[in-house]
Amino acid sequence: MSSAKQIILSPALRAAVHVHSSKLNPEAAKLAAAYLSSAPSGGKHVLPDLPYDYAALQPAISAETMELHHSKHHNTYVTNLNVALEKLDEAVSTSNVSSIISLQGALKFNGGGHVNHTLFWENLCPKDSAASEFPSSGALKDAVEERFGSFENMKKEVSALSIGVQGSGWGWLGYNAGTGRIEAATCPNQDPLQAATGLIPLLGIDVWEHAYYVDYRNVRPNYVNAIWDVINWDTVEERLVKAKSG
Amino acid sequence: MTKLSLALSAILMGSASSFSMTMRAQSAPNTRREILQQTAGIATAIAIPAAANAYAVPDLNYPFEALEPYIDAPTMKIHHDKHHATYVANINKATEGKPEVDILELQLNALEAGPAVRNNGGGHYNHAFFWDEMAPPDEAKKTKPSPELEAMINKSFGSMDEMKAAFEARAAPGALFGSGWVWVCVNQKGDELKLVGTPNQDNPLMKGVLDEVMFPILGLDVWEHAYYLKYQNRRPEYVSNWWNVVNWDKVSENFAYVVEKKAGVPVRG
Repeated sequence: MSSAKQIILSPALRAAVHVHSSKLNPEAAKLAAAYLSSAPSGGKHVLPDLPYDYAALQPAISAETMELHHSKHHNTYVTNLNVALEKLDEAVSTSNVSSIISLQGALKFNGGGHVNHTLFWENLCPKDSAASEFPSSGALKDAVEERFGSFENMKKEVSALSIGVQGSGWGWLGYNAGTGRIEAATCPNQDPLQAATGLIPLLGIDVWEHAYYVDYRNVRPNYVNAIWDVINWDTVEERLVKAKSG
Repeated sequence: MTKLSLALSAILMGSASSFSMTMRAQSAPNTRREILQQTAGIATAIAIPAAANAYAVPDLNYPFEALEPYIDAPTMKIHHDKHHATYVANINKATEGKPEVDILELQLNALEAGPAVRNNGGGHYNHAFFWDEMAPPDEAKKTKPSPELEAMINKSFGSMDEMKAAFEARAAPGALFGSGWVWVCVNQKGDELKLVGTPNQDNPLMKGVLDEVMFPILGLDVWEHAYYLKYQNRRPEYVSNWWNVVNWDKVSENFAYVVEKKAGVPVRG
């Protein structure tokens, strides 16, 4: 495969390796932070607690799906990210460049899996909470209308892209710091949005089959349509405001 | 949607709606063959080229529950009737109105043909290939690699056990990221077996997916839909259990075919 032919050390991985280097440019430092975020002082990543019960998102997402998704899938990404980072530490300390490069896939996959799922849980909230109402004014509403015309159009566009992801991946709403506008995007597998595209993640929709197979089987569109009922728009807006200021 | 109506609508895609109304008004055909015959007859009469190009979902050679306990009946049913059927419906849509292309040739040029053909044409071939290499566990355990295949396995991997271990490692979630397939293929020269993974519905027959086109003799679906109802996140358990339903007689046939023909194994449908 072409990716195997040209092994390129991604900026994010370089940054993770040299995260304390003063030569690091600020953009790369931010990407490194994405890999290392939520790591306590010991450097070990931990599975974050959910801000709601496993059953809180029913009927859009079942308790069974939430429990598997959080306690099994996300937990495995955390475990394997820690393993990969330990190996990376060792490879860096022995200046084993070949080993550093060979860890790229595991770091991207497990680091991305951890970053994406952490963002995802915060993106969601019970249907009856105030945050699940799309705001009637403010920065998010303005940004959505500027780029998509309306809230409904934004949902349509993000839904269509998410449903269209071939295989495993994510649909996103992200902030483009270059244009100052928000955009819809997709990423394959666990490729993290920011490291892969430069967009700052505001809202992610996991369209791996594990995110919906228990509840919706092969019918991905029904899952994507239902998830809009449990989006935490407060989180999306907070991320937007922070991205614009930073 | 039932398998019958899916097959019917797939075949009729591209036909005028009044034509499909006429078709539905006739007595309902019972088998795929009857549907094809009826459709072909009418299509010839009014010259609709698209109907000739319809790919179809092949029936399984065994009941849905036959691979229990290793692959459960609900998984087999939804995998065949929904997932595979959707790939077939979509490849028929993607090739509607175009000249008929053999399924193997469709694989070869899939990347040039674009994502709809690549994903759905690949999905059709891969699943049709997959169903036929499996058998109920009682039958599967009586099958074994031919002497020629066994010699090639030993030459390429050291032993059957080493091949299985390498296959399981390649199929692990941390090696085959996301959705895809793991394959044992014969290389272009025909002198070695290669173990490869391909993303999504790509396969080694597609020009441009691997360094060279290779010919699969054994393949495993590691999309989550292939195992999630029974195994959830435990993909390695699904993979190691799967050996219990591999039909080595069929794999040996595949091997003999590709070595002789230097071509992919034809599939039904």
